[in-house]
Amino acid sequence: MNFDFSDDQKLLKEQVRKFLADKCPMKVVRRVLDGNEAFADEVWKGLVELGVPATAIPEAYGGLGLSPLELCVVAEEIGRAAAPVPFDSSVVLATEALKLGGSEAQKKRWLPLLAEGKAIGTLAVAEGAQPPRPRTISTTYGGGRLNGRKVPVADGDVATFAIVMSKNALVLVDLNRAAVTKKRVETIDPARKHAELVFNDASAELLGGENEGWRLLERLYDAAAVYFAFAQVGGAEAAMYMARDYALQRQAFGRPIGSYQAIKHKLADCYVKLELARSNAYYGAMMLSEGGADLAVAAAAARIAATEAYDFAAKENIQTHGGIGFTWEADTQFHLRRAKLMALNIGGPMAWKDKLVNRLEQKNAA
Amino acid sequence: MDFNDTPEEAAFRREVRAWLDANATRKSDDQKSFRARNDDPNLLKKAKEWQAKKAAAGYARITWPKEYGGRGGSPILQVIYQQEESNYLVPLGFFDIGLGMCIPTMMAYASPEQLKRYVKPALYGEEVWCQLFSEPAAGSDVAGIRTRAERDGDGWVINGQKVWTSGAHYCDYGIIITRTDPSVPKHQGLTMFFLSMKTPGIEVRPIKQISGGANFNEVFFTDVRIPDSHRLGKVGEGWKAALTTLMNERLAVGLPSGGLDVDELMELARDTELEDGPAIRNQQVRSRIADWYVQQQGLKLTRFRTLTALSKGQTPGPESSIIKIVAAPKMQDMGAFAMELMGPAGIMKEDVPHAAGFQAQWVGGAGFRIAGGTDEILRNIVAERVLGLPQDVRVDKDVPFNKMK
Repeated sequence: MNFDFSDDQKLLKEQVRKFLADKCPMKVVRRVLDGNEAFADEVWKGLVELGVPATAIPEAYGGLGLSPLELCVVAEEIGRAAAPVPFDSSVVLATEALKLGGSEAQKKRWLPLLAEGKAIGTLAVAEGAQPPRPRTISTTYGGGRLNGRKVPVADGDVATFAIVMSKNALVLVDLNRAAVTKKRVETIDPARKHAELVFNDASAELLGGENEGWRLLERLYDAAAVYFAFAQVGGAEAAMYMARDYALQRQAFGRPIGSYQAIKHKLADCYVKLELARSNAYYGAMMLSEGGADLAVAAAAARIAATEAYDFAAKENIQTHGGIGFTWEADTQFHLRRAKLMALNIGGPMAWKDKLVNRLEQKNAA
Repeated sequence: MDFNDTPEEAAFRREVRAWLDANATRKSDDQKSFRARNDDPNLLKKAKEWQAKKAAAGYARITWPKEYGGRGGSPILQVIYQQEESNYLVPLGFFDIGLGMCIPTMMAYASPEQLKRYVKPALYGEEVWCQLFSEPAAGSDVAGIRTRAERDGDGWVINGQKVWTSGAHYCDYGIIITRTDPSVPKHQGLTMFFLSMKTPGIEVRPIKQISGGANFNEVFFTDVRIPDSHRLGKVGEGWKAALTTLMNERLAVGLPSGGLDVDELMELARDTELEDGPAIRNQQVRSRIADWYVQQQGLKLTRFRTLTALSKGQTPGPESSIIKIVAAPKMQDMGAFAMELMGPAGIMKEDVPHAAGFQAQWVGGAGFRIAGGTDEILRNIVAERVLGLPQDVRVDKDVPFNKMK
């Protein structure tokens, strides 16, 4: 039985953790949240130096050629710090999309740039009000031209390229060259900037086959669900310990509030959800790294458990803090915002639960 | 990452399997959830025979030192043996408390002569042990016990009542925590003993549970005389001895095996017609199935994390402390939900597929949420030992026991 990360992987995790604790404390998250900058540039540069974007890119494309397991431990630390960097968009979604569906030429062109941090990629799926589904998507692609509107797109106004879901295909758009209008939009988590992209006969190329888009997107989301689950686990643990630390220090009715069972049981529940999420995430990582047949089920379970763990820890952290936790100056808001952003970006729990049961039915029928 | 055995573990598993094949009957597929009921008197006899065989082969207590009949093996080998044994039709469960808690406490406090006398018969299933801790007025707060032990010459006289004593009706010996000094605060006035359950003055009465089973007992002590040589640890240090017992609880890596789970719930949902089609297509039903699947997997995988630590010879982290907190309410809620799916027939004990099984979970869950640490006490333990939160204020902490209201 070897259901754990290796010593080398734990070392990598510790290295990223130390870097972020040092260079990306909560005041950096606050700076990005309050300001105009797209992301924390100095943190991103440091992560690039550490090789973070190159982690799971094959060596043939200028990456480190490490396994998904290494990227999972990195994701946990990015999540713990609620780091305001294009990790979810570029390192996970755009990179994995290229690895899954990119042609040799596309991979050769973009993966080395991603690995070196010279390009930032993003994924553009949603089109405003409706959850993205084949019948609600109106962006069209034909004859090398893309038309439509995508919003919200993470890092959309600063990304170098976007992978865009059209009605039936994924397409790749070089955002610096194509006819694209970019406009930043306000969201619940200003520490991760989002934009609206309008494509007006923008030159674009297929990523994968013409009618393969939704199938590719599903596979991409399964991989992302695992990486994001680790980020959510990291965030949930950080929120839980923020609440724990406050509960130890805050006095009410003559003793620390952490000695009251109402608080203790709430935080114990955070821990229970966190460990359920961690165990499910580990299995997702294992299936992802070995290309296991059980990935579809494992990724959905990891997504559901991790979303619940982070959401719960983030909101109960505020509840444990009481009034001060609801102020702009408190650090509690960062996890509340990030937890909800991450709960929705690749589909919420309701959609994933439905997916999970579909997949269990398929598995049982097989 | 993998779920594979190390070469040493794989070799041990093969050895165990070969021995089990030669000595027991492997379960067929429809016997997977078989669990022997231990209220059948013939079963105890069969269990004792099986235990003797196991002990003779060196599998009864793999982690114990060789001098006590163990094989000095690592905890992971014990787990592997149990995993394999659970695939065979053998009667289990009679000796867990004795060998898991009572005898380790004896090993910590009894004399070499006593160990020579008691360990082997316990290991071979010839003598069964029980643990006499809980009382009507001392459950979660077990240090609040009232059963008295008073000095009488070179012995002690015990008066009082214990409750929830598993197997007392067939046990030969027990370890008992008593109050020897009520004039000091509650944790300080306790002393631990062992005694023969055949000692005059002991009366065992079974407790019939809501589930219909009667595995637990009330045990009454009326002027029960025992020698001072049966004392375990110093007078007044019974709490320390009790903690030794509780620390030796079975490796917290086992989940209740058998019983219905998400697979059966999905089967039921497929076969149940709701107004708009099969229940499995209903979003409310799907959402609940997904939640319980995530929990079921989470528990299994959490156990794998613990086993990984054991396999590497490390001390497992605290993650296994979540297992009963999740498993017990899940059992209760999933049983209840399945009954609801069955409609009014969900109350029937016959004719409805899986009804009895899910009803057993629904009613059994109510007990499982209490036994071996309530939901609430387990949350306190996580909060205090894992998260480092302070204990609740204890108003009785410094008050002599006999001055408490």
